[in-house]
Amino acid sequence: MDLLDFARGPAINVAMVVLVFGTLWRLLAILFLGKPADRTVPRLGTPGPVGAALREIFRRMVPHPTFAFAERFSFFNGWVFHIGLAIVVFGFRPHVLFIKNLTGLSWPTLPSGVVYVVGAITLVSLVAALVRRLTNPVQRFISGVGDYFAWFVTVFPVITGLVAVGHVGARYETLLAIHILSVALLFVWLPFGKLFHAFLVFVSRGTTGAFLARRGV
Amino acid sequence: MAEQKTLGERLAEHGVSRRAFVKYASWLGSLMALPPATSRAMAAELAKAKRQSVIWLSFQECTGCTESITRSKGPTLEDLIFDFISLDYHHTLQAASGEAIEAARHAAMAENKGKYVVVVDGSVPMKDGGIYSTTAGHSNYDTLMETVKDAFAVIAVGTCATYGGIPKANPNPTGAVSIGDLVKDKPVINIPGCPPIPEAMTGTVAYLLSFGKVPELDHLGRPKAFFGENIHDRCYRRPFYERGQFAHAFDDQGARDGWCLYELGCKGPVTYNACATMKWNGGVSFPIQSGHGCLGCSEPDFWDKGGFYVPLSASIGPTAKLVGGAALAGAVAGVAAAAVARHRKSSLNKG
Repeated sequence: MDLLDFARGPAINVAMVVLVFGTLWRLLAILFLGKPADRTVPRLGTPGPVGAALREIFRRMVPHPTFAFAERFSFFNGWVFHIGLAIVVFGFRPHVLFIKNLTGLSWPTLPSGVVYVVGAITLVSLVAALVRRLTNPVQRFISGVGDYFAWFVTVFPVITGLVAVGHVGARYETLLAIHILSVALLFVWLPFGKLFHAFLVFVSRGTTGAFLARRGV
Repeated sequence: MAEQKTLGERLAEHGVSRRAFVKYASWLGSLMALPPATSRAMAAELAKAKRQSVIWLSFQECTGCTESITRSKGPTLEDLIFDFISLDYHHTLQAASGEAIEAARHAAMAENKGKYVVVVDGSVPMKDGGIYSTTAGHSNYDTLMETVKDAFAVIAVGTCATYGGIPKANPNPTGAVSIGDLVKDKPVINIPGCPPIPEAMTGTVAYLLSFGKVPELDHLGRPKAFFGENIHDRCYRRPFYERGQFAHAFDDQGARDGWCLYELGCKGPVTYNACATMKWNGGVSFPIQSGHGCLGCSEPDFWDKGGFYVPLSASIGPTAKLVGGAALAGAVAGVAAAAVARHRKSSLNKG
């Protein structure tokens, strides 16, 4: 078994098992936890829980006007690499074929050249996010090992993917294997670190919105 | 048997001018991507070359490699047999049989000790004493080791000889191994493919004859001249890959329009061979041009890579079953964890 066979076989399969098991375990453990009955009377004129949840989800997609200027870099850069990652993952045909092989789901994709450019922009954006984290005293103070590791497992597949399509430094099959292994590392870590926000971000924002709406916030 | 006249003398006898011969050597040099100066040296050395004794051994194989080489565009088999080499032993092409041909093999070995070239197609069975393939009452292993003992070099042609090939495919019932696994004290040149491109075989023999040395090889023992680049990089369908235009089925419009076959399992990106540049049948076509993805037949264990029609980016193995099991287990674990937490909270509230 060569490195590519290992990456496409045991490595990615184990990673998928950990990803799916870990995600469902954590997600259902939270969703079924339940919450104490709220016996307060909702403020008059406040939206229902679903409306409040949706409102909060969309409201938090842009910074509060008070902090808009101070947070302009985090706001724009955050959107750039999140959208970039989405385009690279869901717009590149070989990636979609990975999903199609598992689920049968498929959709039209972008020209490979477009995805390469988006991947490069995403990489620059992720590096900028790290520089910001390291140079901003507050961000540096609140950052721990988990934050840096989350950044690493996110940026590593982007780098290895770009290197693979560019055939830089090694034979393509080796680069492809390294790329798949880097994705496997991301899959294994995703349910257990801060990257789990990929699944919880709308749940937590929606819950917060519904909770606060009852109090007229 | 090998004779003492040089190739230049033989060609002169047949009225082939030196100019024509130099043109031929230049063509051969360009085929192998040799620099112009090397092509001139090739012409000079080829002219001085004497007929090379070649012993061709066939083991666990389908004779497809011989079929391929007999369709070589250039140097043609006739060139090889009558001008370049003395094919002293070859199961399919030899006229003699039985003890006579075995005697011819031994005679060629004795007369050309240390100079003859052994070409092998087919893998060697090692399980159960190698009884699964024998010749003249001898196992392939014994025949191989006896023959290569005094050889100058060994050329393994075809994926069976170079990596074990289809006989070695899981579960490898005969314990098949490659020639390189057994021959350690001689240069072994691998010309893989199922079958190999004819010109890759004959060009390598011509190089050996011209320069008396092994051409530059890659990490799998393959001549870089023919196996230096992957098929994807030289494929005429590559622009469609870059545009994101893929055939989704062998009979859809994309396939008819010649779009990239990546989605249909083409292994061109990880297969190193000259199919896309030299092509087959005198440069007429190659598998991808004929509408089928590359199988990766010049790579080790191509038969056991998870399926010819599975895209390269897809996982191999029972991924769907494993993920299904993991989903079920994860759901149970999650609900159980929530139930335990609720129970604890309830107990605390009561307590």
